[in-house]
Amino acid sequence: MTIAVVDYGAGNLTSVKKALNSLGQEVVVTCDPEQVSRADKLIVPGVGHFAATSALNGTGLREAIQRVIERERPFLGICLGMQWMFAASTEAPDLAGLGLFRGKCTHFPESVKSPHVGWNDLALVGESQLLRGIPAKAFVYFTHSYRVPVVEQTVATCEYGGLFSAVVEHERIFGVQFHPEKSGSAGKRLLENFCELPC
Amino acid sequence: MLTKRIIACLDVTGGRVVKGVQFLNLRDAGDPAELAEIHSAAGADEIVLLDISASAERRATLLDTVRRAARRLFIPFTVGGGIRSLAEASAVFEAGADKVSINSAALFDPGLIGCIAERFGSQAVIVAIDAKRTSDGHYEAYIRGGRTATGRDACVWAKEAEARGAGEILLTSMDRDGTRVGFDCDLTRAVSDTVRIPVIASGGAGTAEHFISVFQEGHADAALAASILHYGVTELGCLKQNLSVAGIPVRWPC
Repeated sequence: MTIAVVDYGAGNLTSVKKALNSLGQEVVVTCDPEQVSRADKLIVPGVGHFAATSALNGTGLREAIQRVIERERPFLGICLGMQWMFAASTEAPDLAGLGLFRGKCTHFPESVKSPHVGWNDLALVGESQLLRGIPAKAFVYFTHSYRVPVVEQTVATCEYGGLFSAVVEHERIFGVQFHPEKSGSAGKRLLENFCELPC
Repeated sequence: MLTKRIIACLDVTGGRVVKGVQFLNLRDAGDPAELAEIHSAAGADEIVLLDISASAERRATLLDTVRRAARRLFIPFTVGGGIRSLAEASAVFEAGADKVSINSAALFDPGLIGCIAERFGSQAVIVAIDAKRTSDGHYEAYIRGGRTATGRDACVWAKEAEARGAGEILLTSMDRDGTRVGFDCDLTRAVSDTVRIPVIASGGAGTAEHFISVFQEGHADAALAASILHYGVTELGCLKQNLSVAGIPVRWPC
């Protein structure tokens, strides 16, 4: 079973790869649409500006990712990768996200320091395959200035300048705002759960 | 609730962790990869590895050390000390670091901050500021391990670093460094209230009360624990319990 990690130039992918390798999981880091569309499971990571997702457009990567979703293979978006699964972001209003979830990504309010950096706790709000075995109020590591709203498919929320979606899940589609590869035992468990999903 | 972070700092030279008082009387304190893992298990929220090597051949072992330490860590991992270019930063990221800390090089060439942030994201760039109180009550930024004054006001420089793309500020009080009399809360508050990015306080930690003060009065978002940890790693858990009792949100138990 191969997990493809999509490399579209948005940040450092070494730690995602390293974390999966340490769980005994084989990983290919790739920007080749062919390789992406053939993957058994897919991870779209990414940090930084929403505009970075423009590298997924016009390169065949967006279509390749959509094919993986149509084939109902497990798909995990991390941080910017999760934000891209929503319709849009006020950070780059002209760019369209995948629109897998309703709503758009917005900046934290002025009332709190931004970016939101550090360990914050999760509130689990629904049944989840991805969060199986993770304790309620588990601490995970965040670093982001924009966040996505709480939607019907939200399975974990986090509180910082209001509630936002920390984890969304719909059938075989998963998005996490925090960095599981940096989130200690809870993050490790989440990645293990993703690796163990049948494909 | 967002917690206050306790960051364990390891000073490394020639592939070994060293400890001393203000860089004097350096003694071998062990293997960086092993110590990083021990601190992580003991409750550190992040690990910072600071290369204090003076010579090039000792620096050459840095990437190998980073690689070995990163392999065992599931928490954020920062590497600093002598990073001068995008290429040097890239090599450190490639070896497994999540963030780099830059100091002198950022003051020489402030464009370097944006250059690294553009490629790896702002969250990956920490600008370290060594600050010393001036006779008129301001704080001046120093470079070259505190040997050279820059004439730059620490708050003004922090603001500029933020504007150029820094994701966090690692703020060290040179007056307090190694003294164990407590963090400089005035300095920390001055910088923390000037910028909107997180500020990591460093220099002067001796007791749990010092950490409580720097979070409550200094408005710090995180604090560096360096020499205090050399008196036994179990103290990290103890420190977090003390903070928790004082009403400071911490990741504990973790």
